[in-house]
Amino acid sequence: MLTLRAVTKRYATGDLALNDIHLSLPRGQVMALIGPSGAGKSTLIRCVNRLVEPSSGSIELEGTDLTGLSVGRLREVRRVMAMIFQEYALVDRLTVMENVLSGRLGYVGFWRSFLRRYPQADVVEAFRLLERVGLAHALDKRADALSGGQRQRVGIARALLQDPRLLLVDEPTASLDPKTSRQIMRLIRELCAERDLAAIINIHDVALARQFADRIVGLRAGEIVFDGTPAELDAEILTTIYGEEDWGSVEGDEEGTADDSTPANTTPAPLLAVGGER
Amino acid sequence: MSAPRERLAEQGEWRRLPFIGDARLRWLLALGVLLYLVLALASISVNWARVAEGMSRGLNFLAAFAQPDFVSRRSDIVNGLLESLTMTLTSTVIGVALAIPVGLGAARNISPLPIYLVCRGIITVSRTFQEIIIAILFVVMFGFGPLAGMITLAFATIGFMAKLLAEDIEDLDWRQVEAVRATGASWWQTINHAVQPQVMPRLIGLSMYRLDINFRESAVIGIVGAGGIGATLNTSISRYEYDTSAAILLIIIAIVLLCEYCSSHVRRWTQ
Repeated sequence: MLTLRAVTKRYATGDLALNDIHLSLPRGQVMALIGPSGAGKSTLIRCVNRLVEPSSGSIELEGTDLTGLSVGRLREVRRVMAMIFQEYALVDRLTVMENVLSGRLGYVGFWRSFLRRYPQADVVEAFRLLERVGLAHALDKRADALSGGQRQRVGIARALLQDPRLLLVDEPTASLDPKTSRQIMRLIRELCAERDLAAIINIHDVALARQFADRIVGLRAGEIVFDGTPAELDAEILTTIYGEEDWGSVEGDEEGTADDSTPANTTPAPLLAVGGER
Repeated sequence: MSAPRERLAEQGEWRRLPFIGDARLRWLLALGVLLYLVLALASISVNWARVAEGMSRGLNFLAAFAQPDFVSRRSDIVNGLLESLTMTLTSTVIGVALAIPVGLGAARNISPLPIYLVCRGIITVSRTFQEIIIAILFVVMFGFGPLAGMITLAFATIGFMAKLLAEDIEDLDWRQVEAVRATGASWWQTINHAVQPQVMPRLIGLSMYRLDINFRESAVIGIVGAGGIGATLNTSISRYEYDTSAAILLIIIAIVLLCEYCSSHVRRWTQ
């Protein structure tokens, strides 16, 4: 559904962030994008929804070329690709419900959003999503009153309210503790399966990438150096991506997290429990 | 250069790097500033006889504070005050309303370059001239009275508010803006959903602050004929009715204090 051809991004400072990227993502696939800091992971997903303008190349989503779209058309395309951010990027001074409903901004007119008079169906769906991520009780709380994990859930609900077909996820777990990280990744994974969403997930944590992605792409200095299944990712490839290091601990970690994922298959409910947080 | 410092640090000898590296230049600069200060102070000629004479007049003025006269010019004072308060409120409201679009335009991160330059230009013009100079111009244009005063204060408010608002917008948390833009929001929706929530507390705080600046300024520009309590004050001083002047000044102080108290409350409440 998403195809990148020869995408290159050179920043005004002269830094080459992406160099000739070719990538194709089928419907419903969850792809993890790994690589060292500064490898261009964030730039890549920001080029897709054009928060960053690619310097050259083409990006095609379901047959539409995204580069060179007019402002109005870009708005329509952005609706179908929702983004989830590192450090949540909620609007701190708005309430949880306002933040979630802002996922509909691409669909409603200015005055409706200005007066916060969203269509009833949107409000129903927003509340259903808040229930789904376990935050229905926080409806009218200000976003900055929530804990990290709770904020990321609001971010996920906002993204899903856009009714997207593609999720762009930028370091969803970078500011979360290991347990919350796993819960958030599992939630994203489940929601992708439920709604048949494709996702590109930038992630630093190789063990999490292995555990939750269908496919892993390794980026180094703006170029793709690995593209394969989690099983194919071994110490040698990690060295290609990140450089020389003792990778034994990461592979050991994988076993530790494997049993962590088993209860989720049987009982998805515990991950929605928020009592332990804050 | 760094090697000897490292060797000294090894022995526990370490000093913070000086702001100006060259020791000779550092001392020369300090000496130069001191010399200039001494020469500049020496160039001020003081007429001590005049000061001695003026002291007693000044004391008279201060003594009047012990017996302020609120009564004999009561209606003048009340009229002046009402005029000033009206001027203050209307000019603040109009000024802030006009400053918001200018401020948005003057924030480099959300405005295209041509609009940015125009809005920065408006701010510069408004901030270059002190209120009194603008007031003199408007008094010439619109005649004596509070209309000139109101326009002066509104004009000064635009420069002040727009500049500070633009700076606040330039400092805002860009991730929140990105997140709202990524949902497919239009420019106005982004302003309303991502920018406004972030700058609103400061906008309200600054408006309250500007309200009490405008009240104080209204007393000053009255002296050049722009109406309000300043005009009343000016009249009383030129008639040597220091007791009435004292009463007016006390009222101004009380109102400014009241404004200050209210605005700090409002600011805390909007955080």
